[in-house]
Amino acid sequence: MELFISQIFNGLSVSSILLLAALGLAITFGLMGVINMAHGEFIMIGAYTTYVIQNIFKSNVPEKFFDTYFIVSIIMSFVIAGIFGLILERLIIRHLYGRVLDSLLVTWGVSLVLQQLARTIFGSSNVSVIPPSFVDNNLKVTQLLSFSYKRIFILIMAFICVALVAFIMYKTRAGRNVRATMQNRAMAASLGVNTNIIDAGTFAIGSGFAGIAGCALTFLGPIGPTIGTSYIVDTFMTVVVGGVGRIVGAITGSFIIGMGTSSFEFFTSASLGKVITFIVVIILLQIKPKGIFTISTRSLDD
Amino acid sequence: MNISVNTPVIEIKNASITFGNFKAVKNVTTSIGKNEIRFFIGPNGAGKTTLLDAICGKNKLSEGNILYNDGNREYSLPKIKEHKIVELGIGRKFQAPSVFSGITIQENMELAVAGSKGLFSSIKGNITKDERERIDDALNFVGLYDMKNEYPTKLSHGQKQWLEISMICVLKPKVMLLDEPVAGMGRRETEKTAELLRIIKNDCSIIVVEHDMKFVKDVSTSVTVLHEGSILCEGSIDDIQNNQQVIDVYLGRGGDKNVKN
Amino acid sequence: MESLRNKISGRNIVAILIFLFLLTAPFYMSSFRTNMISKYMCYALVAIGIDMIWGYTGILSLGHGVYFGLGAYCMAMYLKLESSGTGLPDFMTWSGLTELPLFWEPFKSPVISMILVIAVPTILALVIGYLTFLNRIKGVYFSILSQALAAAMATLLIGMQKYLGGSNGLTNFSTIFGKSVYLPAVKSAMYYITLAFLIGAFVICSILVKKRVGKVLVAIRDGENRTRFMGYNPAVYKVFVYCLSAVLAGIAGALYVPQVGIISPNDVNISPSIEMVIWVAIGGKGTLIGPIIGALVTNFGKSIISENFPELWSYFIGFMFIFVILLLPGGIVSLKDVPRRIINKINLYKEKKMDNEKNKKVLAKRQHN
Repeated sequence: MELFISQIFNGLSVSSILLLAALGLAITFGLMGVINMAHGEFIMIGAYTTYVIQNIFKSNVPEKFFDTYFIVSIIMSFVIAGIFGLILERLIIRHLYGRVLDSLLVTWGVSLVLQQLARTIFGSSNVSVIPPSFVDNNLKVTQLLSFSYKRIFILIMAFICVALVAFIMYKTRAGRNVRATMQNRAMAASLGVNTNIIDAGTFAIGSGFAGIAGCALTFLGPIGPTIGTSYIVDTFMTVVVGGVGRIVGAITGSFIIGMGTSSFEFFTSASLGKVITFIVVIILLQIKPKGIFTISTRSLDD
Repeated sequence: MNISVNTPVIEIKNASITFGNFKAVKNVTTSIGKNEIRFFIGPNGAGKTTLLDAICGKNKLSEGNILYNDGNREYSLPKIKEHKIVELGIGRKFQAPSVFSGITIQENMELAVAGSKGLFSSIKGNITKDERERIDDALNFVGLYDMKNEYPTKLSHGQKQWLEISMICVLKPKVMLLDEPVAGMGRRETEKTAELLRIIKNDCSIIVVEHDMKFVKDVSTSVTVLHEGSILCEGSIDDIQNNQQVIDVYLGRGGDKNVKN
Repeated sequence: MESLRNKISGRNIVAILIFLFLLTAPFYMSSFRTNMISKYMCYALVAIGIDMIWGYTGILSLGHGVYFGLGAYCMAMYLKLESSGTGLPDFMTWSGLTELPLFWEPFKSPVISMILVIAVPTILALVIGYLTFLNRIKGVYFSILSQALAAAMATLLIGMQKYLGGSNGLTNFSTIFGKSVYLPAVKSAMYYITLAFLIGAFVICSILVKKRVGKVLVAIRDGENRTRFMGYNPAVYKVFVYCLSAVLAGIAGALYVPQVGIISPNDVNISPSIEMVIWVAIGGKGTLIGPIIGALVTNFGKSIISENFPELWSYFIGFMFIFVILLLPGGIVSLKDVPRRIINKINLYKEKKMDNEKNKKVLAKRQHN
């Protein structure tokens, strides 16, 4: 029983990271019809930002305030990754609207460049970040069952981010403009929505959330230039399974992929777990070829 | 108001189509006979295109049935896959001109004309002399013969419509479904299309969705008026134009004086 | 019509020149370089297949490393058994296996091995193609799935430490069909066999794209549903072209192994798979000579750059992705059109300017009136 519960907890923890990463991806994909393969590199940027900020704190801030570094890190990860996202959008992505496959290849190129950049700056070996002291312990429920505070913290963070995005998307004027542009770009534009700003802003914010995911990842282990790549496939699967452009899709998708991967890996082996997840996704897509939550259109070929 | 139907080729029986909670087509029953040119008219959102989509298999019926009689036997269309429906002799032209721009006009026609659309016959890839003649005839008729080795990107909007109609003609269908074939055409082009339809009619039945009332008047043998997913009235163009209900919801108070030009 | 004919024959001349170069290269190049070219020809073979499915049919597969790998592993298993004589392959003994696993048995026979080189990729492509295309999983959804396939296959191979050498892959081959792989004669035979396969694939695919099947593929690229309402079943054609490209990749993998001497999960993973696509883009998708040029040029460049500045390669290939797709979508093959395109752009700009001036004059006149 304990094993079962801790397994569910693990799955939830994996899901929450995927959700953080997929959130931005699902929205930008739905909004602009571009796939951003460099999204994983925004995770990496967030992680390295956290690393840099911790080092700054180490040498400049008295020890007892050291733990506050992570608050600064979360904010800075969001900002730095967001800025990178903005630059990428303005320089490259905006030329690729609607050309999904092309955008996929171009952004793959971007991700190669960013990875190499990280290697040049930080070296190719992994670096580690010391998590704040208050997440060091485990929450002991029974003798056998304990939850690590790190993972609980990440769960809470994911929850807050989703709530924030949902609030922005469904309760604010900006969010309404984003949804309008997503559904009918030309119409929104002719009604006075500045789609350029919407695109750039959404892309930047989506990238920012990937940065937060990267910040969260530093809790779980050392980070390296290719940390993004190891998450990107699962993140994309999340979007594909959940459906494009919907928050609820991202939540469902990350839950399925996260829980699936961790439990299959638990029952079989790490490598077989991946394969089984892949098969499950294919089977799911048999029933729902465009993901579980879709926005239906009437056009013949899109 | 009854239409004399010889042998119905298409029989739509109590068809309903829903998208989510929205009922786009409600309980529609009608039948189209041989050599008939039937028009579906009605305001936007009346369910005309949706009904065409249901016949050619693009939309699924939530209730009812659509029967098709090719002269030899009867088929229940909702059970058949789209490409099979085409093979059975139902050709469909979509609203936006949709020809293939990556291959030449001639090659577009060859795709359409090919007797067998299976993989192996495509690999063998030859078309017969008869098929070649049919292509030439069709292209000559619509005046695209001299351009046959060009790519369709060079064609005007009207020419693309014609190319697409010719592609469906060489399919030799028994039923042709045309969605706004003259939209975006000038008067002269429209008249030529009307002439084309009258010729095609000799070999098949045609169902047209169109807003151009002059065109409807010129070529229709019968008209079905749809409104909010149901049939409002059905009959010859004269019946329709004198029907008070139709005037109220669609044609406007001026009746046929209000014809669009 | 005339210009069309010119264009085709221009490309054919390029093709003939390239094949002439490849035919004669062993006579004036060092055996090291020849061996390199031979490796690139394997890549070119994959590229042709990817072009058939991406350039012509519009389906972007990011998982062709899987099929390359399957062909390569099949070949490698045969080579490994042959090299190990009557004993077990070395890595099996190291990881404590005492008996040959059952799925290795067929690879004792060279004939069955060669059949499996083709059959295994075909069967996987059939299954994956059937499951995805028949249910209309398309566009980017397919691309992401194919990428996940590459990731899954790579992790699976890494996990099979005992049975397939894990992350080290299969290596240390000494003989092929009883002859030492180090013999110059064997090497040059392998070179020409690879070239023969490359030319064969080029010719077969050239014929296919000229036949109606090629036009159907292009039609599917332009509008899949329209093709369906023309009476074709796109799923069948897509499965066909997917299998075709998988077989080409498999054969390429099988030719690659004895010449390079190693196959590992690294050659199957996401990165090499997507790199295969960029060869096609660099050379020019939608033409058959393009992918050959792309594979040869890119990999030659890779060797030169990595030999001298290993750091720079990632930047270089990264920027190539961005540059080619954004600015040169037709690839190297379209370079000859670039001057014309620039002239057209200038003319267009001039016309616009003139139009603007005309409009201004008209407006001024009207206001005057």
